[in-house]
Amino acid sequence: MKKISVVPIIYILFLMLPIYWLINMSFKTTNEILGVFTLWPQEFTLDNYIKIFTDPTWYNGYFNSLTYVGINTVISVSVALPAAYAFSRYRFLGDKHLFFWLLTNRMAPPAVFALPFFQLYSAVGLFDTPLAVALAHCLFNIPLAVWILEGFMSGVPKELDETAYVDGYSFPRFFVRIFVPTIAAGIGVACFFCFMFSWVELLLAKTLTSVAAKPIAATMTRTASTSGYELGLLAAAGALTIIPGAFVIYFVRNYIAKGFALGRV
Amino acid sequence: MNNKTVNPKAWFFVLPVVVLVAFNAIIPLMTVVNYSVQETFGNNIFFWEGVKWFETVLNSERFHASLLRQLMFTGIILAIEVPLGVVIALTMPKNGIWVSFCLVFMAMPLLIPWNVVGAMWNIFALPDIGLLGHMINALGIDYNFTRQPVAAWFTTILMDVWHWTSLVVLLAYAGLRSIPDAYYQAAKIDGAKPWAVFRYIQLPKMKRVLTIAILLRFMDSFMIYTEPFVLTGGGPGNSTTFLSIDLVKVALGQFDLGPAAAMSLIYFLIVLLVCWVFYTLMMKNEDQ
Repeated sequence: MKKISVVPIIYILFLMLPIYWLINMSFKTTNEILGVFTLWPQEFTLDNYIKIFTDPTWYNGYFNSLTYVGINTVISVSVALPAAYAFSRYRFLGDKHLFFWLLTNRMAPPAVFALPFFQLYSAVGLFDTPLAVALAHCLFNIPLAVWILEGFMSGVPKELDETAYVDGYSFPRFFVRIFVPTIAAGIGVACFFCFMFSWVELLLAKTLTSVAAKPIAATMTRTASTSGYELGLLAAAGALTIIPGAFVIYFVRNYIAKGFALGRV
Repeated sequence: MNNKTVNPKAWFFVLPVVVLVAFNAIIPLMTVVNYSVQETFGNNIFFWEGVKWFETVLNSERFHASLLRQLMFTGIILAIEVPLGVVIALTMPKNGIWVSFCLVFMAMPLLIPWNVVGAMWNIFALPDIGLLGHMINALGIDYNFTRQPVAAWFTTILMDVWHWTSLVVLLAYAGLRSIPDAYYQAAKIDGAKPWAVFRYIQLPKMKRVLTIAILLRFMDSFMIYTEPFVLTGGGPGNSTTFLSIDLVKVALGQFDLGPAAAMSLIYFLIVLLVCWVFYTLMMKNEDQ
């Protein structure tokens, strides 16, 4: 069974085609994009990238996006850890209903919440800050993190907890020193998913920011609509948004398959 | 499931999660409920309207049309992505460096911001400057997704298949990897044909992950907004105006808060109902 089937290869080629086209576009001049059809940039140019790296409205978009994604991942995973532990180890009043209620929030269409979110975060004075977006993304990332971590924790035998208590560990010490390292892979997978869903979401991020905390994705939308049709610039900005994702996948690549199999997701 | 201890204090562990999610879920949801039963003429003056908006929305042809489009879209993408994902997962290498290679490349579309996916496919499929559009036209087929509804649907579905099939592949692959080798050896001894191996060993073992895959794909495709909005803007005409796009048009475009809120609630209830049925079925399967 060592031979490699053609199906995955064809599939990967299909996945790479639009990405190739995007990168191809990002090195072309606007004239070339609109003028001739070429599979290769004829007049190779870095202008699009230079513009992004020198114009603060562009590169700040990346910082804003990464800031709220980072804050969101930290908040989501750290509050989900004790909750997932409770769901996997204890029985308490309303536990099953609570779990389902949490999951329903993963199912809520962001479009439904766009307007109330705008009013809520304006009312509490967080509008146009990365924190607002980070908190709003908790709506779907916390349930997801709880779900994934609960799956991983249920796979850890209960004897581990009991042995630690017999050895005289207090609960917080046990949790931090023994339990968290045991489910490190699960935490990695949960972080990966929180990062992923916060990074790709745009509707809420766009609704909750105007100038100071504008995410890169929203900057792109503005470019596409207002300043004519600068396709090369748009393509370069798009190509750059792929990099953080590719980076994260590379780090968790060994956990993806294992993590999916162990956890519930 | 049965060896859990009863511990009411566990609520303290769950409390931070409940507070954070409730802040984000209950307050906005109550706002929506509030709007859905009132009429406003601006200046923050509201009048009680009862269920009028719900009746309006449920009877409006516009809502029926976008709901029908939404159901068709979700049905089509599930029918393509799930079998395709399973086939790709079955043909993936089982070990070696190729696994990492495949996984890294296949996961890439999942981590691209959704509006970039839309923009990328826009550039890719444009008939004059896009690779896909250029190729299809070179084959002699008249193709322009900004003008032809059929072409717009084709492009939107192809984009979604491109974007999300990998999720099904990853899940199905994880399910396959959890099958012990002994099962395959037993099947070999019994002289089972590949189809029989798939039908009686691989498919039952993948049942749980496939349920999750279908559930996730259903939820996400039902909420789809950004990608078709950037790609087609809901057009040409209204041909690719799915529920979310229609909702945002009503709520933020026309600022009809009442109907938009009523529509939101109906929309949310539909998703919730389908997911509840799925969840119940899934839990029943797990208990067995």
